[in-house]
Amino acid sequence: MRELLQLLEHDARRPVKELAAMLNKPEFEIEEAIKKLEDDRIIMSYNTLIDWEKFGDHNVTSVIEVNVAPQREVGFDAIAERIYRFDEVKSVFLMSGSFDLLVIIEGQSLNKVADFVARRLSTIEGVTSTRSHFMLKAYKKDGTIIDDKEDDRRLVMTP
Amino acid sequence: MNDWEQALSDTVDLVPPSGIRKFFDVAVSMDDVITLGIGEPDFVTPWHIRESCVYGLEKGYTSYSTNKGMLPLRQEIANLYKKNYAIDYNPAEEIIVTVGVSEAVDLALRAILNPGDEVLIPEPCYVSYKACVILAGGKPVPVPTKIENEFRVTAADLKKFVTPATKALLIGYPNNPTGTILTEEELNGLAKFAEKYNLIVLSDEIYGDLTYGGLEHICFSTLPGMKDRTILFNGFSKAYAMTGWRLGYAMANPVFIEAMNKIHQYTMLCAPVTAQVAGIEALRNGEKNMHKMINEYDQRRHLIYEGFCRMGLKTFEPKGAFYIFPSIKETGMTSEEFVENLLEREHVAVIPGNAFGECGEGFIRCSYATSVDKIAGALNRIENFLKNI
Ligand SMILES: Cc1ncc(COP(=O)(O)O)c(C=O)c1O
Repeated sequence: MRELLQLLEHDARRPVKELAAMLNKPEFEIEEAIKKLEDDRIIMSYNTLIDWEKFGDHNVTSVIEVNVAPQREVGFDAIAERIYRFDEVKSVFLMSGSFDLLVIIEGQSLNKVADFVARRLSTIEGVTSTRSHFMLKAYKKDGTIIDDKEDDRRLVMTP
Repeated sequence: MNDWEQALSDTVDLVPPSGIRKFFDVAVSMDDVITLGIGEPDFVTPWHIRESCVYGLEKGYTSYSTNKGMLPLRQEIANLYKKNYAIDYNPAEEIIVTVGVSEAVDLALRAILNPGDEVLIPEPCYVSYKACVILAGGKPVPVPTKIENEFRVTAADLKKFVTPATKALLIGYPNNPTGTILTEEELNGLAKFAEKYNLIVLSDEIYGDLTYGGLEHICFSTLPGMKDRTILFNGFSKAYAMTGWRLGYAMANPVFIEAMNKIHQYTMLCAPVTAQVAGIEALRNGEKNMHKMINEYDQRRHLIYEGFCRMGLKTFEPKGAFYIFPSIKETGMTSEEFVENLLEREHVAVIPGNAFGECGEGFIRCSYATSVDKIAGALNRIENFLKNI
């Protein structure tokens, strides 16, 4: 299972036939296993890592440190939910340390992101402060190096 | 005009030309070639190893080391063998660090061979063995093995070729090109044989870490009575993906190591110190990455084995290294014809089996040290090729 997940995490488009051969299992077993992993939401979705920059979109991403006043009974969860429901919000994490929530926001422009923070995020009840950082350049994303120059430099035939 | 060919040594003339050169030139000229012809990992050396070399350079590790290699490196090698195989090699006098296993094999043969001494070499085998024996003034004696026996060599096979001049046995398991490994029982058979005929055993275990399906590599010198008569070779090229660093080592009794060092000190002085620094890091912290690579090779091994079985080429499941050695006899072509046609029509590069010895005729060597996508692509092309002949 772990091996199957690792293979899919690396390349979700790999045909079942190949997966079966690589893991030395019959195809139906792989199909069933994937189905079950999907049903159990261990596999949550299949995404594509896109270099939007290269495509021509120049979105801005902001990482925001958010401090909140936790609420009785629900702690941080209710506020987190109020934040993560916004489409602009890509990720939300509860953190230890000097702030509480790490919020990652993507928008079409600096203004739009700043506007979102000022008007939507910081006005949520319970949010006590925010600190925004804008990302300038991505070097590595989810394990993938963006501009990997390590080509295969081997000769075509060696003994 | 001088005829410079005439000026060459007779020994050099005895060395046969490389069996892959002519295909190489064709393959390089194609830009969409998929190659299964590369005998080295497709991984780049793990970053922590490269980084340690950079750090070493910053600290000024740029001079010669002692001839036998930096002592901390030899100590790590000794620790490794202690840990993995419960065998003791004294780092001070039983280990020498070399410029790859390539140099180590050459040193060992030069250290032990007198003109005319014979060396038994089970084939198919790595291309250098025969040449190195010739260059050391010895006589290579190929011992053919068969696919029916998964290219395993037995004492009975060897016995047919023993003469009073037989001095040594040179083996390499897990095997390049066949992927064969031997069981403990089979190895013991060879050990008894070596004892009986008082042979030195040269055991190239460079693929020792790369075994699959839960099979453990058995280090030849751990067999009863064998440590003293075995010259063991290992290196960093395959398991740590460090081919270009040129780092290997030999382990043997102090007499052999001292003799090898005598040649090494005058011909090589020492292995590159930059590589030695990296080698220490590889042995100290490289295991996790190595296992990750092995796991990937294993997946590809299944994929390629299944692929050749599906095509109906007679193949056995390789248990070690990263090669598979299917038979192409049914096509009616020779190995070289097959390789040439496959390259021309489908742009897939593989190595003709006869490059690894006469009994490799009728086979091709395919390396699965390449990405899954490329393996899958190559398999499709080979299948297509077979349909259209
Ligand atoms: C069986 C075998 N021995 C030795 C070598 C050479 O290794 P090194 O890079 O350590 O010189 C190779 C490389 O392909 C090999 O396959």
